[in-house]
Amino acid sequence: MVENRPGLTILSHAVLLLGVAVIAFPLYVTFVASTLTLEQILTVPMPLVPGDHLVDNYRQVLTAGSTRGSQAAVATMLGNSLVMAFGIALGKIAISIIASFAIVYFRFPLRNFFFWMIFVTLMLPVEVRIIPTFQVASDLHLLNSYVGLTLPLIASATATFLFRQFFLTVPDELAEAARIDGAGPMRFFRDVLLPLSKTSIAALFVIQFIYGWNQYLWPLLVTSDESMYTAVIGIKRMIVGSDAANEWPLIMATAMLAMLPPAVVVLAMQKWFVKGLVETEK
Amino acid sequence: MEKRVVFRSAWLPYALLAPQIAVTLVFFFWPAVQAIWFSFQLQDAFGLRTEFVGLRNFQALFGDSRYLASFRTTAVFSVAVAFFGIAISLALAAMADRVVRGALAYRTLLIWPYAVAPAVAGVLWAFIFAPSIGIVTYMLRRWGIDWNWILRGDQAMLLVVIASVWKQISYNFLFFLAGLQSIPRSLIEAAAIDGAGPARRFWTVVFPLLSPTTFFLLVVNIVYAFFDTFGVIDATTQGGPAQDTQILVYKVYYDGVKAADLGGSSAQSVILMCIVIVLTALQFRFVERKVQY
Amino acid sequence: MRVQSLAVLVCAGLFAAIAHAQTEIVWWHSMGGALGEQLNALASKFNDSQKDYKVVPVFKGTYPESMTAAIAAFRAGNAPHILQVFEVGTATMMAAKGAIVPVAKVMGDAKEPFDAKAYLPTVSGYYTDTKGNMLSFPFNSSTVMFYINHDAFKKAGLAPQAPKTWKDFQAAAEKLKAAGQQCVYTTSWPSWTHIENFSAWHNVPIGTKQNGMGGFDTEFTINSPLHVRHVTMLGELAKKGLFTYAGRTNQGDGKFASGECAMVTASAGAQATFRKNPKLDWSINFLPYHDDVKGAPQNSIIGGASLWVMGGKKPQEYKGVSKFFAFLSLPEVQKEWHVGTGYVPITLAAYELTRESGFYEKNPGADMPVKQLTYKPPTPNSKGLRFGNFVQGREVIEEELEAVFAGRKDAKAALDEAVKRGNEILRKFEAAAAR
Repeated sequence: MVENRPGLTILSHAVLLLGVAVIAFPLYVTFVASTLTLEQILTVPMPLVPGDHLVDNYRQVLTAGSTRGSQAAVATMLGNSLVMAFGIALGKIAISIIASFAIVYFRFPLRNFFFWMIFVTLMLPVEVRIIPTFQVASDLHLLNSYVGLTLPLIASATATFLFRQFFLTVPDELAEAARIDGAGPMRFFRDVLLPLSKTSIAALFVIQFIYGWNQYLWPLLVTSDESMYTAVIGIKRMIVGSDAANEWPLIMATAMLAMLPPAVVVLAMQKWFVKGLVETEK
Repeated sequence: MEKRVVFRSAWLPYALLAPQIAVTLVFFFWPAVQAIWFSFQLQDAFGLRTEFVGLRNFQALFGDSRYLASFRTTAVFSVAVAFFGIAISLALAAMADRVVRGALAYRTLLIWPYAVAPAVAGVLWAFIFAPSIGIVTYMLRRWGIDWNWILRGDQAMLLVVIASVWKQISYNFLFFLAGLQSIPRSLIEAAAIDGAGPARRFWTVVFPLLSPTTFFLLVVNIVYAFFDTFGVIDATTQGGPAQDTQILVYKVYYDGVKAADLGGSSAQSVILMCIVIVLTALQFRFVERKVQY
Repeated sequence: MRVQSLAVLVCAGLFAAIAHAQTEIVWWHSMGGALGEQLNALASKFNDSQKDYKVVPVFKGTYPESMTAAIAAFRAGNAPHILQVFEVGTATMMAAKGAIVPVAKVMGDAKEPFDAKAYLPTVSGYYTDTKGNMLSFPFNSSTVMFYINHDAFKKAGLAPQAPKTWKDFQAAAEKLKAAGQQCVYTTSWPSWTHIENFSAWHNVPIGTKQNGMGGFDTEFTINSPLHVRHVTMLGELAKKGLFTYAGRTNQGDGKFASGECAMVTASAGAQATFRKNPKLDWSINFLPYHDDVKGAPQNSIIGGASLWVMGGKKPQEYKGVSKFFAFLSLPEVQKEWHVGTGYVPITLAAYELTRESGFYEKNPGADMPVKQLTYKPPTPNSKGLRFGNFVQGREVIEEELEAVFAGRKDAKAALDEAVKRGNEILRKFEAAAAR
């Protein structure tokens, strides 16, 4: 801000507050709906202050799901989502960081070939090859399993690229010093590179955790057993009919629960997340 | 850019690469090859009889007015999502850049939708806009607007655009804010000294300097609208009414899973692959100038 | 000596275990919620009634999802034994020779007594080939019924009696609207109700070759003058605010159950939903018809799903399947399923048994679906339909209908377009299947 214009400052705050209100509006309505009964929601307009069925609704969905749609307990679904999100985040970070290390710090035949092979996967989002990938998972008997939920989504190029970019900025002197000290490549990786990569790993963890938690199409196809539903899919499976036929309080309670863990991750690791997102995607 | 100092080993790099390459081969390349192979076949649902038909599936697609309509729908949808997503978040970022007090609070309050799954965003907005019980529907009716997105395609499109944009605002906002904060103050001060007001300064100095960010976000938002919004569509309109919100990626899923038409679905996948390749090439060529191969 | 007797004991134990080893029969289905509980109860009852076979039901998601999963599983070599497939998938399953085994063959090979004539003709006719061999086992069948809200009718000054003809229907609709009813009429499953069942009810064909039963080279005939007239009527009703469109599946049920709409055409299975609202005063009735059409009303056709037997299994397992189907056909079993779910009983004996038990007296109207299905002996136009890729076909019809209801297209243009696009889909299926 160059000159002092109080009018413009007030306008800025007003716009920002309006933005925050619009962004938060659906969340507020969802929260209120999750504390009401179905009759209250069906009487138009629904009240905009929280009701008194919070404990009832949340207890219902956590233990027994909805009564008209899917009856899978949301607690199980949250657990599945957690396993999937952690599995994808940790798996992706693990295999990408070592692959990236190999590409950057070694010379070997076919190095560029493997690099391009990984690069090409950017052009193949899962939605584009969904049916054949489903067939492969079925052939390998991976349906309705945690492995089936996480493994096919683990290999992607974004993490590898991020680490590659980061490694390229690490001063060569460090590697040289390690070589002089007689340390092998894995010692160098463990003792020097990994600690330096902490910020990138943290940022990637947030991004991939959200990515894994919010997966929709892949779990939709891979899971048909109610015990394997993820939270996001569970919400969809509770919507069975028209406006009046859905149990909105329970659906909204499930939505609140499904939004909670990723929101906590984003807000708690906000600093790393913002830094990692902005600096590494460019 | 290459490293000057490297390690030498006959087998270690291969071992380190093995997990990623293995998963990539099994779950990326093999299905992609199959998709391409299936796109040239005509087969019944169970794969008991297959016949190589060359480009016939592709010809059928381009002769199908519904498929071409899906292109148009996807174009309208992605342009709307990209444009509104970028415009709204740019406005918010510009305002946030101006205020000194509470910037961090605003940022916190604006970035949490990033954590929401597109499908969940769709469900929330569909609830608010539900034709019989939605709270916004009620307000619209009070103002005389008849809202029924189950029957009116333009309203269904509006609904999915709103849900998709809402979710993406945080992502765009973060990038714009970072971009704005990296613009040297000296340039802005120079323009102020020349007598330019805030609005002039924004459009003549700031916005052009933001163009790499804007272009980057344009590509990212379009890719988002093409693929990640699948959850929004499936959780709300399922492509309806009358295919008014059937974007290309949804049609791939629908034809492959619900209609068991593997040849048509695979051909559509191949076409989508080509589009992604073009978009990704654009992104890397014009944006990632810092990274050299 | 001790080792020997131990060995004998072990062998005897193993032999006994093998002899009592149950053959598992995996059954993939798409019935969730309360219906799923009823289905599980059926399987448990069968399992308890004998020791040789164990039916294991697995809920696999919606009909399209479970079919996709079954197709993928078949390609991977581990398909289930029994698969529940919705009626629009009949042609696809039928054409998959090698992937499926016709029920008649399963029963015949296992020498299980099986009388095709014991089944209700409109029900079994949908799932038999032109030679009369049953291809799949009719499991949950319903039909479209017409429901009215008595309170709404009384408020409009009408006697709480359902209009019998579409002319009477329009008169009643006008009166209801005049009395302040916001939503006068809505429907579920628009294509199944107003095109497919409409055609059968008026004894006109939906497609050539006996609605596709006679061959894959069938073509749609749903743009006849009568169809155009009926859809035009629906479009007019929509424009006048007398018809509120609810969506392509059973979204209309909820609107009627909540009291929002005064009349609805919905599946017989919707009765379970309506019964849940004690304040709702409703009745179930025959579909309205156009009384100037010769031969109307004829009979309605079924919807729902049937059980298909997948190929590539062992004879022992097929014997178990045949025993399970014989169990499902028992009148008492059928009666319980019919009474508990609202689906129609599939055998005449089951229907009689239910009537004798006084169920229909205690629940007036519960026998209307069967009555409507058997109103007259079925003609080639009203036995059912069999169109390839009909999932896509029905979507095409629904899209065109939606354009009419929204006032964007006139009925003739929409139905002509539906025929054109529908036939393209049929030809594609024919090319892939007939080899």
